Amino acid sequence: MPKSLVQVGAEIDGFIVGECVHAGGMATLWTVTHPGIDAPLLMKVPRVSEGEDPAAIVSFEMEQMILPRLAGPHVPHCFGTGDFARQAYVVIEQLPGTTLYPRLPDLPLPYEEARVLVAKIATALADLHRQNVIHHDIKPSSIMFRASGEAVLIDFGLSHHDHLPDLLQEEFRLPYGTAPYMAPERLLGVRDDPRSDLFSLGVLLYFFTTGERPFGEGETLRAMRRRLWRDPHPPCKLRPDYPPWLQEIVLRCLEIEPVRRYPTASQLAFDLTHPDKVRLTARSERLKRDPLSIAWRRRFNHEATQPRPKSDVAAQIASSPILAVALDTAEGAAELNEALRVTTERILATLPSARLACVNVLKLNRLVIDRTLDEDGSNKHIDRMVALRHWATPLKLDESRLTVHVLEAIDPAAAILEFAEMNQVDHVIIGARQSSFRRTLLGSVSSKVASEATCTVTVVRPPRMAADSEEVRADEAAG
Amino acid sequence: MRLAVFSDIHGNRQAFDACLKAARERGAERFILLGDFVGYGADPEWVVDTAMELVAHGAVAVRGNHDQAVQSSAETMNAEAQIAIEWTRGRLDAAQRRFLAELPMSIEDDGRLYVHSEASHPTRWTYVRSTTDAAKSLIATPCHVTFCGHIHRPALYSMSVTAKMTSFVPKTDVPVQLLRGRQWLAVMGSVGQPRDGDPSACFTLFETESCQIIYCRVPYDIEAAASRIRENGLPHWLADRLSQGR
Repeated sequence: MPKSLVQVGAEIDGFIVGECVHAGGMATLWTVTHPGIDAPLLMKVPRVSEGEDPAAIVSFEMEQMILPRLAGPHVPHCFGTGDFARQAYVVIEQLPGTTLYPRLPDLPLPYEEARVLVAKIATALADLHRQNVIHHDIKPSSIMFRASGEAVLIDFGLSHHDHLPDLLQEEFRLPYGTAPYMAPERLLGVRDDPRSDLFSLGVLLYFFTTGERPFGEGETLRAMRRRLWRDPHPPCKLRPDYPPWLQEIVLRCLEIEPVRRYPTASQLAFDLTHPDKVRLTARSERLKRDPLSIAWRRRFNHEATQPRPKSDVAAQIASSPILAVALDTAEGAAELNEALRVTTERILATLPSARLACVNVLKLNRLVIDRTLDEDGSNKHIDRMVALRHWATPLKLDESRLTVHVLEAIDPAAAILEFAEMNQVDHVIIGARQSSFRRTLLGSVSSKVASEATCTVTVVRPPRMAADSEEVRADEAAG
Repeated sequence: MRLAVFSDIHGNRQAFDACLKAARERGAERFILLGDFVGYGADPEWVVDTAMELVAHGAVAVRGNHDQAVQSSAETMNAEAQIAIEWTRGRLDAAQRRFLAELPMSIEDDGRLYVHSEASHPTRWTYVRSTTDAAKSLIATPCHVTFCGHIHRPALYSMSVTAKMTSFVPKTDVPVQLLRGRQWLAVMGSVGQPRDGDPSACFTLFETESCQIIYCRVPYDIEAAASRIRENGLPHWLADRLSQGR
């Protein structure tokens, strides 16, 4: 290997090297500047001299391949790479502040603070998974935050990119990563399941809300393998006031079988954003771990250790979208709502892991201050929720896949668009207003949603209208 | 420089023509032909003539086992391949046969090795089916990237400095940087008889400066190529398999 060219004042491919700001086990970090790039930059240089861990080289190669392909606010922007032929480096934007690591002495955090924090990380993970990348090293020291609040994931040296060769595939006999956060399937050599990241994030959430790591700090393979059959203590055993919804989320992330975790990071972010909508199961009430008889059955159940067929990150995410159906609960909408149900049913039939958010907008008047109670004195908000649930009953969806939301807004289209954006909705299903008089007067909510949404939008009309209306064209619009 | 690499054309005029057009549209500056110009398909004359013309204009070409079988009956092949080879032999003129006979087994160029089957024993026509096969080939050459074909299924193998192997099935149109710190074996898909379940013709682009490789798929008139095979009395399975990509 050539000697490192990185020294104070050196110039490498136009980057002027400043000072060394960090010297870690795998790499050193240097501040650099570049004429024409008006942003604080960091150069990451792998340690490659004799006797260094070969993992440093392979992880660097993975970062070198993956970083330039990533985009968006949840990853550091990459400004250049150099390979081992001359000087290996990657130059990335220098993010303000520190990672979550210095927060460790503050644990456990208040529940609300941890919820908001982890919801942001889940959103960042969802964005990363959509770019076909599994991080594989989610832990406090690989998470930073932008001044604008978004979580940023750093350190992609152990990551898997579904469209690129996985250089860590056969490199090490032992799974490489951070022991306390590693998902059980990683110990079996599985590197292509994005739900491994959800497990790690579950470990982080458990740790940040209880102050304890769910599987301890053991780094031996034997200690790590326990998580293949032994479940952690339920958080409420450590903090008796632990909210049931939070325990539900944490334990779902920490399920041993990936298929029992959240199917996607977006769906986890959704639950963290709507704690009052989390469907509580037996997990939320658990007071202690599974009895040893069950744990032993898992331990000696060989099927659990059978190799699985290769999973496809993109296909898994695509089969687990968040759908939002916008419903009008007003009288006279029965026919349209039936058509919406038929369409929703068809879409759900092909997507066994999709979740459905039923949304209704309680329209506020511009001039009059609205009262929560209507003329008859019943609570409009609750009435609407009941109506939404009633609409969804024939779909026979598992409760964990269904939520209902009543939004209050002056502009229904804007409210639906905002809901879709905030909750990373993949597909909006909306009915077109039937009465052309109202439509002329109020403008079409569905056409505004269809034209402005950043996701797919299906506009539904009852079958009868399609035959006798001239303006029914382009029923399906993809935004 | 942007290279376009074609392998296992197998007398399929429609597929080769479509790939050449696609490669030119995508800015290919130099053509690499990894052998098996003939066999199976019904237009060996057109394919060999086109290859000769490309070579006359600077293309690089190496020999495949079917090209060799045209010269000598010593090559052992399955029954259908044998029928196709004997038919092909009768179709080619002396100049075309000489072109195939004079093709080198492999060519090395600026850290790149071009060979039809693999690098350890090119004349044995061994298929690269696993990381073990790939490792044998990579150990046999100091080249940074070896380009081969023969198996009709795209694959990308790498070997690290500590001789650890990785294998990968490349995604269509997703560039992969062949990092300089390790050696790579890039196995081409087939232009004229794909067998990876995707019936579209396969070729590959390689950018020599950035070391980026892109596997490309090109739809072509499969029915026309299949009809030519049937019209010429060649085994029908050779026509049927084109639309199945098997």
